[in-house]
Amino acid sequence: MIHGCLAIYYRELMIMKRRLPKMIATMSVSPLLYLIAFGYAMGSKINVDGCSYLEFLLPGLIAMSSMTQAFSIASEINIARFYWHIFEEFQAAPISNISYVTGEVLAGMTRAFVSIFIILILGYFFGVVLSCNFFFWLAIILNSFVFASLAVGMAMLVKSHADQSMFSSFVITPMAFLGGTLFPVDRLPIWAQKILFLLPLTHASKAIRSASLGNSPEYSSYIILFLTGALFISISFLCVNKARD
Amino acid sequence: MIILKNLNKHYKSVKALKNINLHVIRGELFAYLGPNGAGKTTTIRIMTGLTKLSSGKVLLNRFDIEQDQVAAKKESGLVPQSINLDQELTVAENLDIHGMLYQMPLKARKFKTDELLKYMDLYDRKTTLVKQLSGGLKRRVMIARALMHSPEILFLDEPTVGLDANIRRRIWAIIKKIQQDGSTIFLTTHYIEEAEFLAQRVAFLNDGEIVALDTPKNLMEKMGTWAIDMFEGSRMETTYFQTREAAKKFMANQKQSFTLRRVNLEDAFLTLTGKKVI
Repeated sequence: MIHGCLAIYYRELMIMKRRLPKMIATMSVSPLLYLIAFGYAMGSKINVDGCSYLEFLLPGLIAMSSMTQAFSIASEINIARFYWHIFEEFQAAPISNISYVTGEVLAGMTRAFVSIFIILILGYFFGVVLSCNFFFWLAIILNSFVFASLAVGMAMLVKSHADQSMFSSFVITPMAFLGGTLFPVDRLPIWAQKILFLLPLTHASKAIRSASLGNSPEYSSYIILFLTGALFISISFLCVNKARD
Repeated sequence: MIILKNLNKHYKSVKALKNINLHVIRGELFAYLGPNGAGKTTTIRIMTGLTKLSSGKVLLNRFDIEQDQVAAKKESGLVPQSINLDQELTVAENLDIHGMLYQMPLKARKFKTDELLKYMDLYDRKTTLVKQLSGGLKRRVMIARALMHSPEILFLDEPTVGLDANIRRRIWAIIKKIQQDGSTIFLTTHYIEEAEFLAQRVAFLNDGEIVALDTPKNLMEKMGTWAIDMFEGSRMETTYFQTREAAKKFMANQKQSFTLRRVNLEDAFLTLTGKKVI
């Protein structure tokens, strides 16, 4: 199992290495714009939950970015599957579905970590230094695990690249804005809070923010993220079989 | 050795393969010939574990592709119809990742990569990005990649499709060399001359069924030795003869234009299937 997983992961790393300068530039644009527009220009004099808006925003951007970058592995898989037909090379190889899914999930998580380091560096230039303790990293690991697992499952289920974009537009983008990243969820009506409680990103934002501001950890958020990740990765294993016609 | 026993594949109500039975012996170069949509690629996809079979059995050497998939997959290498190399990686990296997928240790991967690139006359392209290669070179890289884990069986799905005649002949020479080095080769093609030139035995596939299976020589001999193509307007009719004298005698009585030629494998295919191979 290890060999197959390493081969898949190694391939993704090689591709990432080739594209690293472009990737860093692309991953920097959105957080930089959010920091300038919402944090620096609009939010410099706003306080949220006892901290400056920049301090509130940065953990939210980390949650958002770790989600979108981990999920972006779905596009890479789809390109490999529908355009380059490289997925056939993996299907014909003597590797298990578990190896394939684990390799791709690790690749998604690695992308998420690259984006987080970029945001932490950007945050430093904006004068925000977060407490990067054990619970901060644990929340990021779990959040990227949840969305990388979801990405692999989705990439196996969709029939075209357009289906993938539709899922992103209807699920990932709304979640990125509403999952407690840019504003506190408790300012919304109760019914909306109940709906947003179902989103894994809401829990990730809560856990990352709480840990990075030095507050006591939100254990329930970690448990929810772990269970959601376990569910998504199990579905992904089953979905790889579905991709075999 | 490849054994297919009563192999069937259907997609909902469409029967793609109907009761295919085959036995390809070790070291044989076997061609699977048929028009587009006959079921050639479906057969290869089933044999390589890419597609599930509906019923029947596929054995690669002694391993069942459904029951013992990992062991069966290690026995074979696949060169698919479409180019499926990692375009953003180099030639050597593509081979290396393939070696990793087949659990080859690092030292063995490095040695085999160099050996294969020399064998395929690609050594000077080792560090070239695949996207910078021509179609013919990409095909050669795909064959090298499929040989990376030293499989006993090599599946080639239309390996020369879209290539010009010169490069096609170069690929043919490589395929012959691989077979002479001991591999069993299962080749699908819709180029009749490719099968005629390369294969020891040929199966004609038509609408998911094998309609003939024999050596190219035997299949052609069943038709005769000489053929006359007669043209009338847009129609062409072919008549077959055992001897040149018989053909000449026939020609003497004809008023329309005609061509005298030797019988080829395409004649056998057309007669047995009633279809043109396109």
